[in-house]
Amino acid sequence: MNATYEAGSFDVIVIGAGHAGCEAALAAARMGCSTLLLTINLDAVAFMPCNPSVGGPAKGHVVREIDALGGEMGKNTDKTHIQMRMLNTGKGPAVHALRAQADKFAYQHQMKHTIEQTPNLILRQAMVEELIVNNGVCEGVITQTGARYSAKAVVLTTGTYLRGKIILGDLQYESGPNNMRPSIRLAYNLKELGFEMVRFKTGTPPRVHKSSVDFSKMEIQPGDDVPRAFSYETTEFIMDQLPCWLTYTNEETHRTINSNLHRAPMYSGIIEGTGPRYCPSIEDKVVRFSDKPRHQVFLEPEGRHTEEMYVQGMSTSLPEDVQLAMLRSMAGLENVKMMRPGYAIEYDAIVPTQLWPSLETKLVEGLFTAGQINGTSGYEEAAGQGLMAGINAARKVQGKPPVILGREQAYIGVLIDDLVTKGTNEPYRLLTSRAEYRLLLRHDNADLRLTDIGYEIGLISEERYRKFCRKRELIEKEKERVMNTRVRPDMPHVQEVLRAAGSPELTEVIDLAQLLRRPEITYQHIIQMVPAPEPVPEEVAEQVEIQIKYDGYIRKSLQQVERMKKMEERRIPDDIDYHQIAGMSKEAREKMSKIRPLNIGQASRISGVNPADISVLMVYLEQYNRVRTAE
Amino acid sequence: MEFDTIAAVATPMGEGGIAVIRVSGPDAIEVVDKIYRGKRKLSTVESHTIHYGHLYDPQTGERVEEVLVSVMRAPRTFTREDVVEVNCHGGIVSVERVLELILDNGARLAEPGEFTKRAFLNGRIDLSQAEAVIDLIRAKTDKAMKVALNQVEGKLSRLIRKLRQNLIEAMAHIEVTLDYPEHDVEEVTQNFLREKCTEVKEEIGRLLQTARQGKILREGLSTAIIGRPNVGKSSLLNSLVQEEKAIVTDVAGTTRDVIEEYVNVRGVPLRLIDTAGIRETEDIVEKIGVEKSRQLLQEADLVLLVLNYNEPLTPDDYAIFDAAKGFQVIVIVNKVDLPQRIDLDEVRRHFPNRPLILTSAREETGIDQLERAIADLFFSGRVQQDDLTYVSNARHIQLLRQAERAVDDAISGIDNLMPIDMVQIDIKKAWELLGEVIGESVGEDLIDQIFSQFCLGK
Repeated sequence: MNATYEAGSFDVIVIGAGHAGCEAALAAARMGCSTLLLTINLDAVAFMPCNPSVGGPAKGHVVREIDALGGEMGKNTDKTHIQMRMLNTGKGPAVHALRAQADKFAYQHQMKHTIEQTPNLILRQAMVEELIVNNGVCEGVITQTGARYSAKAVVLTTGTYLRGKIILGDLQYESGPNNMRPSIRLAYNLKELGFEMVRFKTGTPPRVHKSSVDFSKMEIQPGDDVPRAFSYETTEFIMDQLPCWLTYTNEETHRTINSNLHRAPMYSGIIEGTGPRYCPSIEDKVVRFSDKPRHQVFLEPEGRHTEEMYVQGMSTSLPEDVQLAMLRSMAGLENVKMMRPGYAIEYDAIVPTQLWPSLETKLVEGLFTAGQINGTSGYEEAAGQGLMAGINAARKVQGKPPVILGREQAYIGVLIDDLVTKGTNEPYRLLTSRAEYRLLLRHDNADLRLTDIGYEIGLISEERYRKFCRKRELIEKEKERVMNTRVRPDMPHVQEVLRAAGSPELTEVIDLAQLLRRPEITYQHIIQMVPAPEPVPEEVAEQVEIQIKYDGYIRKSLQQVERMKKMEERRIPDDIDYHQIAGMSKEAREKMSKIRPLNIGQASRISGVNPADISVLMVYLEQYNRVRTAE
Repeated sequence: MEFDTIAAVATPMGEGGIAVIRVSGPDAIEVVDKIYRGKRKLSTVESHTIHYGHLYDPQTGERVEEVLVSVMRAPRTFTREDVVEVNCHGGIVSVERVLELILDNGARLAEPGEFTKRAFLNGRIDLSQAEAVIDLIRAKTDKAMKVALNQVEGKLSRLIRKLRQNLIEAMAHIEVTLDYPEHDVEEVTQNFLREKCTEVKEEIGRLLQTARQGKILREGLSTAIIGRPNVGKSSLLNSLVQEEKAIVTDVAGTTRDVIEEYVNVRGVPLRLIDTAGIRETEDIVEKIGVEKSRQLLQEADLVLLVLNYNEPLTPDDYAIFDAAKGFQVIVIVNKVDLPQRIDLDEVRRHFPNRPLILTSAREETGIDQLERAIADLFFSGRVQQDDLTYVSNARHIQLLRQAERAVDDAISGIDNLMPIDMVQIDIKKAWELLGEVIGESVGEDLIDQIFSQFCLGK
């Protein structure tokens, strides 16, 4: 290493300015910490190397949660998107999900500008090669140019840069995403520090030129024509939207792929990293689901000021010539011009069970990690972790306890708990099915779940919090009214409204809430029968309707939460020696020694730990506590 | 310490006339109060007192049992929590019914060793006994595991696996449409889902019916009393059906007043088939005999074959011997108060491994031995030897019933046009409960299923 120089001292240093790093740095700076954000390339801040979209089921929920906690992703998307749609509107409120098509370039520029304008935050281009660790505590970083920065906490968000390798047909070379420089030395430094690493793989599809696409052969996918936004604070809505387009693979596409499988790195053994099952390459899909005659392919604009389009569904690492042949076999793409080929990328990640639920590493105090380095995939998953890592790094500096979101509180809580408790064998993607309390973690109530926390940690402004409290009061008031207002069959409008809604007429007196529970009756119907004394804002009406209509199911979920919480209240001291606990199975002893769960609830979620192990652990803990007290 | 409320049968099954069901936890009194009617509400009575009353099913208003209930408030109890002990009649049917009522009204079935564990955690048991408590939990769990493992080989677990597979495929299909709304996977229709759920519900119902234990607990051990005319079937029946034990049911939809009678023999519920037939035809010689016996055998779990001590074996006796071979038979040689004319060695030769009991219905001798033989047959190895085996079986039945109810909830959700992701909550619950029966954990199964069943990607 070259000679080093003292380059400055910060409360928090964030390494990497992707979706995790941006949120981490903004959160730490906004919480009052002097913060340095370092990135290999300043032009890659908040870069979207893969699909130009934000949100969707579970992911969109996370974006809303980030916003309720005072993060940036929602606001940044609202300012720059080219299309927004609410998905799953035909299903229950728990799975409604907002999805935006992003303008990649505008997204980056907007985020970079926000960071540049944020007080306490310095953005700088640098490649970090080494962490300064003394006595198990992270005290700063050293860059490739020899700059030594000292810090009280460091957040590591390396994305796919860490020992990144791009694979495209026979071609392979060390690289970060989209030919950025990879981070090599830092990967070895982490290994030297004792971290257990894994190798993961992901991929991206080719991009094509818009003017070479025949859209007349495709189905159009427009955005919603009502104003939509992720952030609860957004007041200006972009209504000028660009459509996406749908086409399909066909027999010829599949023939092209099958006859070139011997050239596919996935099958020739070049790729060693574990790829995600939920994002298979097109060659993988064709091989594994050979009975499927066609697969969907979406063409999505990469931005407003570019002709480049993303070919969703065609992620591949086949050689370039095969990629072009596959594309040209599809309707509307017969004469397509490919602008960039797709590729696979391998990278290092750390085994996430080496983290505390605060995202601080167990091995090195003051070192936090977030995003793909923790084994996840997806911009939203990264941003959610980045926000929590930034918050907890700042709180560590300020001598405050970490904020840990519960599985019943947020998808972010589910995500982090899954990672640190169960680990992952493949790049981890959030799904609504991973949340056992899905009905409580709705898109519509992210603010009700998390604004209090956001306010408490100092990321939600007074004004926003006041507005939020007002909304919460109105919801309670209106719920109260709906539950306590009786309707008689002879009241004006009542039978008329019911008839119009195709609902059976009333024969006896019932309350509005009971009527609202009828599947065909909405809040709009019941205020036609008995109007509210003051007009009720739409977002309040939405909550009243959902909370009353699905009350039975919500209560069931709350009961389960109650049980889980009791388990989580039982804390486990950090110095427990699990190998001493004779009655516990060997597997349970080993897993618990490694994961060191904070409480009984977390312990019970470790795979391979059964209820008897938990019972034995509880008895052991009681014994332990009594001995402690006696001493 | 704050725990939830648990319940379990505290006395071994099948022994004694009284069984105790113990309920422990913060809601113990409230839970039992929901189903108990006596002079006073249990929430108002003093600690460590016993109360007479009846249990009712709050859903149907039906009176279920006559009980004595002890109320013991924390901390002077075994677990140092509020404890209620319900003393009820010892028959399996009534014990099961009471336990089920308690579980339906807010308690959870206790894990193996859980009362002791709580006693320890709440400081009731001395520190020096911690190791012993751990050993107890371990041992009880290992035993339960062994039972579960035995059943892994069995038909029951194969069927449950199949049911779970059915459910998880439907669940994966639902999840895919939720998590990948733009993917070209067909939406799950209400009709498809209702069909699936109904199918599963019927299967669980059948399982509960065929699972021998379940059937016996619900219906009693189907018992046929056979023999040629005039051997004393009727008087034997009367000896078994003593006034205080008998529950005579009126079966709807039949023209006869009574066709079945239930008796509780040392905790074994017997359902006596065609007792009316026996009573009616005992004097009409031509109507009962070999044919009737053959017919009764078809639906019997247990056969009481009655012979006359006072007469030599007849060709009809031999014909009945042939018909009864291969069944669970207890041979009863009645009328020992009269001189012996029967060749007992010949009878033993035909039923070498079956109990042979000498009785005199008239003098009421041998009835005790008969009752013991019935109880032995029922409890031997299968049920009573090891009370844990019973608990584990009761647990399975309980879980199956809960699963059945969850599927039922799912169906009513579908009928009430609830969104599919709400219906999924109940389907998933059913799937988890079925998993508990065969000891399979929840884990990542669903996610695995989604990705192996559907082709998803960017």
